[in-house]
Amino acid sequence: MSDIVLEATDLVHHLGQGAGRVQALKGVSLSLKGGELVLLMGPSGSGKTTLLSILGCLMTPDAGTVKVGGQAVAALDAEALAKLRRERIGFIFQSYHLFPTLNAEDNVRLALDVRGEWARAAKLASREVLATVGLGHKRKSLPRELSGGEQQRVAIARAIVGKTQVILADEPTGALDTSNGQAIMTLLADIAKDPSRAVLVVTHDPRILPFASRVVHIEDGRIVREEAVGESMKKVSNA
Amino acid sequence: MSLQFRLASRNLFHDRLRFVATVIGIIFSIVLVTVQMGLYVGFRRMVTTMIDHSPAQLWIMPVGTKCFEDPSLLDERQRFRALAVPGVAEATPLVIGYAQWRLPQGTTTPVFVVGSELRGLGLHPWNVVEGRLDDLSVPGAVAIDQTYFERLGISGVEQTAELRDRKVQVMAVSKGIRSFTTTPYVFTDVERARTYTGTTPSKASYLLVRLAPDADLWKVQQALRDSLGNVEVLTAAEFRNRSRSFWLFGTGAGAALFAGALLGVIVGTVIVAQTLYSSTKDHLNEFATLRAIGSSSRYIYTVIIWQALLSAIVGFAGAAGIGKVVAAATAESALPVIMTPLLTVALFALTVTMCVGSAITAIVKVMRIDPAMVFSR
Repeated sequence: MSDIVLEATDLVHHLGQGAGRVQALKGVSLSLKGGELVLLMGPSGSGKTTLLSILGCLMTPDAGTVKVGGQAVAALDAEALAKLRRERIGFIFQSYHLFPTLNAEDNVRLALDVRGEWARAAKLASREVLATVGLGHKRKSLPRELSGGEQQRVAIARAIVGKTQVILADEPTGALDTSNGQAIMTLLADIAKDPSRAVLVVTHDPRILPFASRVVHIEDGRIVREEAVGESMKKVSNA
Repeated sequence: MSLQFRLASRNLFHDRLRFVATVIGIIFSIVLVTVQMGLYVGFRRMVTTMIDHSPAQLWIMPVGTKCFEDPSLLDERQRFRALAVPGVAEATPLVIGYAQWRLPQGTTTPVFVVGSELRGLGLHPWNVVEGRLDDLSVPGAVAIDQTYFERLGISGVEQTAELRDRKVQVMAVSKGIRSFTTTPYVFTDVERARTYTGTTPSKASYLLVRLAPDADLWKVQQALRDSLGNVEVLTAAEFRNRSRSFWLFGTGAGAALFAGALLGVIVGTVIVAQTLYSSTKDHLNEFATLRAIGSSSRYIYTVIIWQALLSAIVGFAGAAGIGKVVAAATAESALPVIMTPLLTVALFALTVTMCVGSAITAIVKVMRIDPAMVFSR
């Protein structure tokens, strides 16, 4: 049985102020085990992004606890949270958020650079991961010279190069066509095969269901349903 | 090497137009400061040029003398009292004052007469390029600087003019003895200087003192004060400081120069701050991404400060180049802009301080970034 790498308990969070204040999360609990690829699905405004921000230690909940790798984050200040993120959490964004003036290799290396890893080993690790996502030949290309699918692969490389325990992906296939989306999900599924790492993907896209170990449905700030994705579904999808 | 420098340079050079505008702003600002401070250095030097070129170790002068050009008079009999003080090897009178120089064609122009004994301790013209100092012993002989040939209607040695209705003949010509007041200096013998300036024979503007070998400067200075009574006895350094203080701060000239320099610093700071702020705003998404992937605040500040330093280096290089041209162009003027190595280093330090200080607004902006914005854009 794999260990729990990310655990959230009874999360409550409000957004906005005054009359516009809304309760975005109403007691959400969720855990990710190593080796899992979990999909978080729900309609717009259901609280997916708020939950992802809190799980990624980018936002502090009004109530409830978050533990990353067993470490409670509530008492940590902004710098300690940043340290936790760079060491334990990798992010993938729908709009990639690559640095337009840096080439693919430097974009990937940035995840190590912020850790203070500047040596040649960091460069080699970045090249290796770029090769893993199939972009070894485009390491010198600027983001504008890459297709959407390639840019998302660079973003994935940036998220995994630091060998973080948790990968949080926000609509990673949202801007991609079917084949590129499938390729990206294959990469994420491969990462989740590592029993020490877990991947949480926020998505609207039902085509990627077969890649998941588990699907969590969120509506109106509450988790309404969780289901394991059976082998049969994967086979149907592959057929 | 960390990617911070690369990020900073790419952010900066990415928008070339904005970068060029920043550099022009810094150059404008630093050239303004350079000219003001160069003028200050030049002015500081020019106001003490006579004191600097006198071999006197102590200056005896009337009480309240503000600067070298202050034409107060003291009794020359003090000279003999001074010579009686142990440790004084030589004490000679120096007479200064304004006079009217009549050009051969009849027009007049004011000149500043400097008269001292031609042998031994005195204030003689330096850098003589035509004629000889010894020739000043000839009756009516004077020395002038070639800078003022046109003003004085002279084109070389042995030419004549009138000083206070007395015929004078130029017997020596110097190069580079200019007055910041633009009134030409005319060097001559002390007795003739009295005649040209209307000074009575028993009076002098200063007594120049040279000490005996091994005499203690401070002890002799005190002994002279005690012995001479109603006069001031200053070392050359003290007289220099007093002259500078009068011209630079007593007249407000120094304050005006500093105000100009301060204006330059303010303009430069605002320009760089505005540029760094708008550059940071343009790259806010990237800074938020950096924060989201776990960069420390320090990492981001370093990127911004690198941007400021790069702006400073490029801007200073341009400003220093222009400053050198200005210094060369004014070198022969009455008030040259002087760029000393120390001033150059100080200006570089000022540029860096100004640019890094300007980064504060950008840093404040970054400090307020919500890293969670990466999910909403």
